[in-house]
Amino acid sequence: MNRALDKSRPICPQIEELICVMIATGEIKGGEKIFSVREVALKFSVNPNTVQKAFEALEAKQLLTSHRGSGWYVNEDTSRAAEMVEELKRVKTCEYVKSMTNLGVSENELIDYIKEWNK
Amino acid sequence: MSLLLKTENLCKSFGKNLVLNNVNLNVESGKIIGLLGPNGSGKTTIIKLVNGLLVPDGGKLFIDGKEPGTESKKLVAYLPDNNCLSLSMTVKKTVGLFADFFEDFRQELAYKMLNSLNIDINAKLKALSKGNREKVALILIMSRNAKLYLLDEPIAGVDPATRDYIISTIIGNYNPEASVIISTHLIADIESVLDEVIFIKQGEIVLHKAVDEIREENGKSVDELFREVFKW
Repeated sequence: MNRALDKSRPICPQIEELICVMIATGEIKGGEKIFSVREVALKFSVNPNTVQKAFEALEAKQLLTSHRGSGWYVNEDTSRAAEMVEELKRVKTCEYVKSMTNLGVSENELIDYIKEWNK
Repeated sequence: MSLLLKTENLCKSFGKNLVLNNVNLNVESGKIIGLLGPNGSGKTTIIKLVNGLLVPDGGKLFIDGKEPGTESKKLVAYLPDNNCLSLSMTVKKTVGLFADFFEDFRQELAYKMLNSLNIDINAKLKALSKGNREKVALILIMSRNAKLYLLDEPIAGVDPATRDYIISTIIGNYNPEASVIISTHLIADIESVLDEVIFIKQGEIVLHKAVDEIREENGKSVDELFREVFKW
């Protein structure tokens, strides 16, 4: 959980994404208790209200459940998180390809660039 | 969410100089709000009106439904922009003074925070550096269990590491019943903790919005938007 937040984008969805990725990669497992709202707020120096909103949004998406008085838990079924990360991957790839196309890079060249970067 | 602070057509002038012109503000509880504006835009004047240090020339204001006075002062914790503590007193004595003065003062919390910032409680305030004095003042204010915290330039004189500590103090003491109004022009440092911002320009409110809305609508950070709105 060491990614910096982008201040020119709304913070709430960024926190949703981070937690989503952590669940999908298994960093936090199904059924486990997750950090408290305050811990996340302190960690990223963001407003606790924003974190609360992000957690509630994830509850609506059936990733988290709140247990009154004891905090937030990851749902046993983590397939929704994996789906959301898949969707994110598609969006990010799309953004990348678009910006490279705008630079006049063709599809084949693009693949070369990616291979090159890997080395 | 109840309305903690409400102002109606608030006006204030100093001599011929109109400092606040018809300010209408509604502040709900549970928010951290940035009061942002260039020098001389009226930030401090608003804060002083709210805590009763100044009397408005026109208009009304209510703190949790009460007009400024003895009752409202119990609810408001105010950090002035200059030093208001006696320099010849020790830190420990100053904490005692605050504990005597305010029913809602949490002494253990104050000592805990002083300790974590390595401030010697037996030192006199004049023996402390400017930055450390500001830290003591902030700790004293945040140790109150108030409903409305008014922080006038709380981070101006301290180093970036301490700024982070101050910000985490504000987050750590967050209480859904209370609101914090922070006046500053160091926006980049605090913008991620804010719920809402109020932009004030020549005594008038030009913008009062949720921070995430600003980011969504403009694709900009609050700092960037501020530079645009207040461009010379």
